[in-house]
Amino acid sequence: MRSNSLTSAGTVKETEVFTFMEVCGTHTVAISRWGLRKILRENIRLISGPGCPVCVTSQADIDKTILLARKKNAIITTFGDMLRVPSRLGSLEREKAQGRDIRVVYSPLDALKMAEDNPHKKIVFLGVGFETTSPLIASVILTAKRKKIKNFFVLPLFKLIFPALEFLSKAKDLNIDGFICPGHVSVITGSKPYEVISKKYKKPCVITGFEAEDIIEGIIKLVRQKKKKVSRVEIAYKRAVKSGGNTKAKELIKKVFKVNDSFWRGLGLIKKSGLVLREEFKGFSAEEEFKLREVKSSYELKGCICGEILKGKFKPSDCKLFGKVCTPQKPVGPCMVSSEGACSAYYKYE
Amino acid sequence: MCLAVPGKIKKIEKDKALVDFGGVLREVSLGLIEKARIGDYVLVHAGFAIGKVEKKSAQETLKLIEELKEVLKEDEK
Amino acid sequence: MSKLKDNFITLSYGSGGKLTSELIESLRKKFSNKILDELCDSAELNLKEERIAFTTDSFVVKPLFFPGGDIGKLAVCGTVNDLAMKGAVPLYLSLSLIIEEGLSFSVLERVIDSVSFWAKKAKVKIVCGDTKVVGKREADELFINTAGVGVIFSQDIRISSKAKPGDLIIINGPIAEHGLAVLSARQNLGFISKIKSDCKNLNLQVQKCLEVSKKISVLRDPTRGGLATALSEIAESSDLGIEVYEEAIPIKKEVKKMCDILGFDPLYIANEGKFICFVGKKDAYKVKKALGKEARIIGKVVSSHPKKVYLKTILGSARILLPLESEQLPRIC
Repeated sequence: MRSNSLTSAGTVKETEVFTFMEVCGTHTVAISRWGLRKILRENIRLISGPGCPVCVTSQADIDKTILLARKKNAIITTFGDMLRVPSRLGSLEREKAQGRDIRVVYSPLDALKMAEDNPHKKIVFLGVGFETTSPLIASVILTAKRKKIKNFFVLPLFKLIFPALEFLSKAKDLNIDGFICPGHVSVITGSKPYEVISKKYKKPCVITGFEAEDIIEGIIKLVRQKKKKVSRVEIAYKRAVKSGGNTKAKELIKKVFKVNDSFWRGLGLIKKSGLVLREEFKGFSAEEEFKLREVKSSYELKGCICGEILKGKFKPSDCKLFGKVCTPQKPVGPCMVSSEGACSAYYKYE
Repeated sequence: MCLAVPGKIKKIEKDKALVDFGGVLREVSLGLIEKARIGDYVLVHAGFAIGKVEKKSAQETLKLIEELKEVLKEDEK
Repeated sequence: MSKLKDNFITLSYGSGGKLTSELIESLRKKFSNKILDELCDSAELNLKEERIAFTTDSFVVKPLFFPGGDIGKLAVCGTVNDLAMKGAVPLYLSLSLIIEEGLSFSVLERVIDSVSFWAKKAKVKIVCGDTKVVGKREADELFINTAGVGVIFSQDIRISSKAKPGDLIIINGPIAEHGLAVLSARQNLGFISKIKSDCKNLNLQVQKCLEVSKKISVLRDPTRGGLATALSEIAESSDLGIEVYEEAIPIKKEVKKMCDILGFDPLYIANEGKFICFVGKKDAYKVKKALGKEARIIGKVVSSHPKKVYLKTILGSARILLPLESEQLPRIC
């Protein structure tokens, strides 16, 4: 019995078009890399949502990272993507060219080790990411506390994906039939948080892995649900995701961080969608240590429609700047900077 | 978001493991998971194991691609 | 160099005085040959042939030593390979060193010994050179420039940057090793693997291809920017399209894994011991055989989609391959 195929669910009729959104940068890149849009052709429209943590970091927050880079004795440690994000003050890459100490690390543990090896310097880690990444930094902060490391600091820029999913589901001008849900976020959170989306907003949610086959399987499950007119949360990535998620990781997030309102580039302010350090861990706050004032960002990127692209309203090719003024070499908005941003993936692969 | 790659635990020392990704090894923190054992497969993200994972069966995935191709052909009839 | 009094280079070694002469003499002994030993300001080369190939390259790699190679080996192989990519037999190299004061003589000697070893392997002579010493932080340990002269012996060898429609594309082995080896040595990302730079002289392999076929139109070693960038450049200059097949491109398991972990695309990572050969269909299998068991036919040149390179994925879909825009950075998301 072919249980895993569109044939058993009924074939997709020519007139039927389903629109599925993925909200994970790694999915964005994988879909483009495997040419899946061309394989699925017109019946299934895949759109990219706000799944790239660099893309949704606000201008003001990026300005903060640059101000920190300019502080005396500071070593900025970061994941690679943050280096080229443009903001009003320039970019970390430009700061590096002017001699600031900015280093790309693979793991936040490497940043902590740097703090131990450089006691006279202040090591700042840029905490960008979603629920997959925040527990790591929580763990590192606890280790730093245990070891009494006094020169390690974090700028928490973490965001939570579920408030954004709800925000998107509520929007009237969006036409999304279902969500391809991020597999690795779900390893941490489990499948329960998606139930609001499927029950209240009637959008099927399928938690999907990252190989081409995983994505195809995820799409097949979404189509099958639409055909049957149901909306459930399904785990297609069963080999890694359990419905309860990773309890230990979730507890670590709660222990070190508290939820706060957060500004998402392109979407605006979303309530309870960001993480900040709890009071007892403020000693690790880079903003407090360097007395960073609230940065007001009045910088508007003229013509840039990153925001609308993040909502899935437009394709990168709809943007007047795409490929002409805005290229991976000279990015205007973050959707082009990050290698997993929708515009960057489109530029490279389509 | 979140590049995480599966690897096999080769050695464990307190809360750290040596993980083999298939010709590439790295020390990985086990601080986010419970009861890890040598031989377990874990998903590793930025130097941390975030969860256990079952080894992917190559056979199933090939079947899936073939089925999808057939389904797409049926679309055109 | 062990006869020199100091442990490390000082500015005095670049002043042109006694110490400079001592340094130059110790280098000359490492490379001794009739032309160099004349110690004139220029080397006199007696080249009877008319088709001379000439090239230059500078080497600033960090760190100086990495798994599978070092800056000295690169300095020889890089220039030897550029000559080979024109179908030339490499004969002579110049060697220029810009040394930061404070560099230890033991490090310098290691590099020079490597230059000497790989030059002998390539059968090229170092016939002229220069040394300069600059102040602290003005050169980041050591920079090297080599220029090379070679001869294209046969009139049948006509290598250009323009491929012909129908040409098949052959690569001599697996990709993306050098870039990863250097990165892991430089950044200390904490990974343990057997990945080593593939840096090596390619002139002998190239000669084997040229011996079995007169239908080779393009030779290119995909260094900075990787295979994808090299293919893009050739498609652009040929004004023809290129199709390559993902399944056919050889890549070692551990290299692919490292790329997966860091979020890199192996098609854009530098190689230093690989080259692609564009050859007429009839001779393709002969050339592949001559290159050995690691060689693969990876694609072909077509008249459709001129100037564009398409990669056919394992799924059967095609995606465009653009040249590298900027250096790939390790990412986690």
